[in-house]
Amino acid sequence: MKARIVNVFSHAVLISWAVLTAYPLIWAITSSFKDDEEILTDPWGLPSALRWQNWERAWRTAHIGQYFVNSVLVVALSLVITMLFGAMAAYVLARYTFRGSRIVYYLFVGGMMFPVFLALVPLFFVVRNLGLLGTLPGLSIVYAAYSLPFTVFFLTAFFRTLPTSVGEAALIDGVSHFGLFFRVMLPMARPGLVSVGIFNFLFHWNQYVLPIVLMQGEGAEHRWVLSQGLTALAINEGYGGDYSGLFAGVTIALLPVLLAYVIFQRQVQSGLTAGQLR
Amino acid sequence: MRQGRRLFILTFLVPPLLLYAIFVISPYLQTFQIASTNWGGLTPDYQVVGLENFRRLIHDRQVWNALGHNAILLVVLPIATIGLGLFFASMLSVGGQGGRAGIRGVRGAALYRIVYFFPQVLSVALIGVLWREMYAPNSGLVNGALRAVGLGSLAHPWLGDPTLAFWAVLVVMIWSNVGFYVVLFSAAMQSIPRDIYEAAALDGAERGATLRRITIPLLWDTIQVAWVYLAIAALDGFAIFQIITDGGPGYSSDVIGLRQYSTAFGESHFGYASAMGVAMFFLTLSIVVPFLRLTRRDRIEL
Repeated sequence: MKARIVNVFSHAVLISWAVLTAYPLIWAITSSFKDDEEILTDPWGLPSALRWQNWERAWRTAHIGQYFVNSVLVVALSLVITMLFGAMAAYVLARYTFRGSRIVYYLFVGGMMFPVFLALVPLFFVVRNLGLLGTLPGLSIVYAAYSLPFTVFFLTAFFRTLPTSVGEAALIDGVSHFGLFFRVMLPMARPGLVSVGIFNFLFHWNQYVLPIVLMQGEGAEHRWVLSQGLTALAINEGYGGDYSGLFAGVTIALLPVLLAYVIFQRQVQSGLTAGQLR
Repeated sequence: MRQGRRLFILTFLVPPLLLYAIFVISPYLQTFQIASTNWGGLTPDYQVVGLENFRRLIHDRQVWNALGHNAILLVVLPIATIGLGLFFASMLSVGGQGGRAGIRGVRGAALYRIVYFFPQVLSVALIGVLWREMYAPNSGLVNGALRAVGLGSLAHPWLGDPTLAFWAVLVVMIWSNVGFYVVLFSAAMQSIPRDIYEAAALDGAERGATLRRITIPLLWDTIQVAWVYLAIAALDGFAIFQIITDGGPGYSSDVIGLRQYSTAFGESHFGYASAMGVAMFFLTLSIVVPFLRLTRRDRIEL
């Protein structure tokens, strides 16, 4: 009897937290279909109609569509650079011994110790002096550079676990070092690449500090990324009063990530927790 | 073949190293140099002022005001987040009814973990914008919920009240972090053998005692890691505070990360802002390193 009461109690607590976590998101999604009148007077009510025009207004008029595309472009490029450079450096550091290899390894891995805010001011000027301020490729390159420490750390450990015999056999068969890497080692390292790739994707997609520092200057607002555009929208809509457009913008930003997470939740959870336990 | 090996190592190592040196290492080094100048950013010339910026920092009341808020975050955020995380994780992992199958997790544990983890995949921008609306005086869900259950007298303009704004954002930080630590602690608890819990249950141990005597000691390493990450988050706090309150009303929810950002990119005092960054870095180190030493315990081998 006592066990049953305890059990009901634990479910009640667990369900309460689930509601606390999920309901704000559901509320944003339902509010994106309401009109401003409904939003302002009845936060709990359901929308009286599915007003897709809110979404269209957010996508076009508030430029959320543009920011979405910018984010996709930036993250696509930054992920390619991060994974390629990270895998290259990690592979060499894991499988080849040469003078200075340990120093290079610690140089990369040591970067995990330093917070980004320590570098912000000079980084702004480095990027500006290279003419990359306010450009999408510039942002991608910076994302990639700041992802290298963890990526190299994670993939070096991963490449070390792969059997050495395969590599030796391939080299004896006359495969070049390059061929060995691209045709044998990368496919074998796939599970590690997927984990660190998911980690980096979320890290890049959700960046906020780097874009607001680096996407400044003339005309940069056309090249803003989603997280930046969203906060600007929130501040502007607060004055302009287009609440339904704001919720539609939030929903457009929310749904793809949430859907991707629900589909790949096991990989995402293990990828992110592995990332934190470094 | 030897020639090929060298060429291979160079072509694979030089591009990543170059990228890393230009955008990561050089800014970090420059920060320390800029911190010793009075550079204002608009003109290329500046004077080296030595430790003057740090002296100014010690007497800057706005900096102390912001640091005070970070200090509260440093205490409350880890305790609340780790506490809730451990509580939910142990409920999910060993909170199930002890039937013939012995100790197990509650039904639907996997589903709970999926839902709890939601905020972790969302950007800080999205969370900030969402909660600005949650706290809105009339249209927000927080006041809406209070009115719906008849507690309308408790409804507040949460972000407009200088005594409440800071705490309102702190709640958001806890809300967005708990799920991650539930998953982290759950994963760590998988490695604790079930029979330890079964033996404890046979001996009549209460849930509280089980948590205190078994779970926490066995998860100590993971809890330490969690604390370090939450402490680092608490000592910065820039993004979430900037988006939800921008430090206001007045400076009632100002934090040091925000101070540094507006000193640099609002007022163009780059020398002073860099000094803040350097000071923050050493402050973080001087809090985290002694903590790790003080709380070191012998690892319990299973």
